[in-house]
Amino acid sequence: MIKAKINNVDVGVPEGTTILWAARKANFTIPTLCSHPDLVPGGQCGICVVEIEGIPGLKRACMTPLGEGWRVHTHTARLLEIRRQLVELILSYHDTDCLTCIKNQNCELQTLAATLGINTVEWRGFEEKLPIDRSSVSIVRDPNKCILCGRCTQVCANVQTVNALAVNHRGSDTVITAAFDAGLGNSVCINCGQCVVHCPVGALYENSHIERVWDAIHDPEKFVVVQEAPAVRVMLGEEFGMEPGTLVTGKMYAALRRIGFDAVFDTNFSADLTIIEEGTELVSRLKTGKNLPLITSCSPGWIKFMETFFHDMIPHMSTAKSPQQMFGALAKTYFAEQRDIAPEKIVSVSIMPCTAKKFECQRPEMRASGFQDVDFVLTTREIGRMLREAGIDLNEMPDEKADNLLGEYTGAATIFGTTGGVMEAALRSAYFLVTGRELEGIDITPVRGLKGIKEAEVDIDGLKVKVAVAHSGSQARKLMEKVEYQLRKEGKSEYDFIEVMACPGGCVGGGGQSWGSNMAKRARRGESLYAEDRSLPYRRSHENPSIKALYEKFLGRPNSERSHKLLHTRYYKRSTVDGNIIAE
Amino acid sequence: MYRKQILKKFNPALDNILYILHDLQDNNPEHYLAKEDIRVCADYLGVPYSYVHSVASFYTMFSLKPRGRYIIRLCDSPPCHLMGSQSLLDYLKKELKVNVGETTRDKVFTLELTSCLGACGVAPAMMINEEMFGNLTPAAVDAILEKRRKEL
Repeated sequence: MIKAKINNVDVGVPEGTTILWAARKANFTIPTLCSHPDLVPGGQCGICVVEIEGIPGLKRACMTPLGEGWRVHTHTARLLEIRRQLVELILSYHDTDCLTCIKNQNCELQTLAATLGINTVEWRGFEEKLPIDRSSVSIVRDPNKCILCGRCTQVCANVQTVNALAVNHRGSDTVITAAFDAGLGNSVCINCGQCVVHCPVGALYENSHIERVWDAIHDPEKFVVVQEAPAVRVMLGEEFGMEPGTLVTGKMYAALRRIGFDAVFDTNFSADLTIIEEGTELVSRLKTGKNLPLITSCSPGWIKFMETFFHDMIPHMSTAKSPQQMFGALAKTYFAEQRDIAPEKIVSVSIMPCTAKKFECQRPEMRASGFQDVDFVLTTREIGRMLREAGIDLNEMPDEKADNLLGEYTGAATIFGTTGGVMEAALRSAYFLVTGRELEGIDITPVRGLKGIKEAEVDIDGLKVKVAVAHSGSQARKLMEKVEYQLRKEGKSEYDFIEVMACPGGCVGGGGQSWGSNMAKRARRGESLYAEDRSLPYRRSHENPSIKALYEKFLGRPNSERSHKLLHTRYYKRSTVDGNIIAE
Repeated sequence: MYRKQILKKFNPALDNILYILHDLQDNNPEHYLAKEDIRVCADYLGVPYSYVHSVASFYTMFSLKPRGRYIIRLCDSPPCHLMGSQSLLDYLKKELKVNVGETTRDKVFTLELTSCLGACGVAPAMMINEEMFGNLTPAAVDAILEKRRKEL
């Protein structure tokens, strides 16, 4: 225990606690731009400097562990002046068109400038504007807004191990870009959007589909259907000031109906379908012993990651499409047929906690219906903006139900939104598919929680199935390296089934979540999904009555020819230089 | 193929990144680090492509754009400045019709600035590739450029 005084207030903190966190304990908030609760402090911005009696110079609070007996001052006149000057220097080269900026009212720099009482900027730096990078279908990067704090490069390199963004050139020419200024769209970027979530300013944001969705909604000729990912129902409330993790399923359906979607369905329906298709695949691979471990394919960030860095694992990938794409393929075939609507009139919109889904929906192979299966993808932030534009307050919405045919779901589907959920859902159904009996003890807790790699062993009628779950690029890389090593060395891996999600925490931590998110919020959203799972009448995907009807009326049986045409996909090898396809 | 030979000379340790990049640049017919140079270096050292690019872009002695056969490095340090390097720079720009960092259209000369070459006694000074020149005047520069053109 370290005892010290911060601004003459006694504090006691465990050894190694930085001054930044110790000060918060003493109820002093030291401002900072670059430090983030989920990242390792890098000390780039210098805003958090403090004075320590008897120690010459200034120390960065984010990087300095509190010392025994120190007397620290965090808000002296000198420090306030230094912080003001630092922020003014940042503003001198920052594109300050705040009113039209995507981060208006959510910007850490804007808040800081207001907190420090900056009312004029004495200097004006380079007026020359750099081109905005719109090469990616998922993520836009505006270098004119960038303050070079390094959060995006840190999360891209250390948390995701993708290394699409890096700090290039030097001095006043420093810029964070993909190599050779190629643009994110021509890089190894997996579109996960963790850079977007961590950016303190408006330098990174999603490529918006809002305008095109409004156009479709307002076009009387179009029939606009909407699906919402599992994680969105525990995330959207935050856009309207609710506590992180508030479950708003019914209110969300009501709000979407009110802004003019013609049919409100649910991605959870197709999540149940994914489990049936993927579970059947698992059972057949367990029986033949071929291409084990089976690896899940729901996360489009993970798919591009695997295609780029681990394409030798392609034979192990489940060919089942993600729930978004299964839904898309069915909306323009099954739904169109059942309701007698011409598929070309259907506009299929999805609401996702994800930026990579924008990439997934435009992949050329995702046109099983003869049209682009999913036309537009909105992030949670975008639908929040649309609802506010339409004058709708989610808090005031009644609880409504999703429309029939593609709306019903089970508890197994809803936990897809958090790490370990797909695994748990798949095991619940795989057990039934193999044994014809239901798994006792439906909660498979070892695969839950935020540990980087989780392992479990499930006994399916004497058959021991070893599973592993990884979330975030770095953990996926660790697990895949292990599997590759085992396959090379012993010809087989210890695992039978692996779930990977590209984002830390799974989809509840996706690149499309509300601004200002952190791991603590991600965890609360995940807990809410498990709570919803417990509250639902059906908790196993194969019990979903709408799924049973779909197979009876349309698909035949799992992994049938029609399922394969509509619900399964393929993967490519991609280059580690530019992310482009190099081989089939 | 020649790139493989270069890489073989070095241990695949990150400490060698600058030596490898120098060697690759020196052996590139256009005297720069092409995407392929960055890629082979990244693969050899087992580090990300963007990381190698980041390193290469930081150091001024690496070029990420193709350069001419002769790279003129005019000294920009104070002693040369006092002895008239600025007017020499203006002269070179006019003669070669390029700005600093650019290459002549015939791809013969690239004009660059450098910090002190340690030849202050013969300021103003410049280098062309590995060769030093001192006590420069516009007439001397003319003769040097002319000789290089004839060597083509």
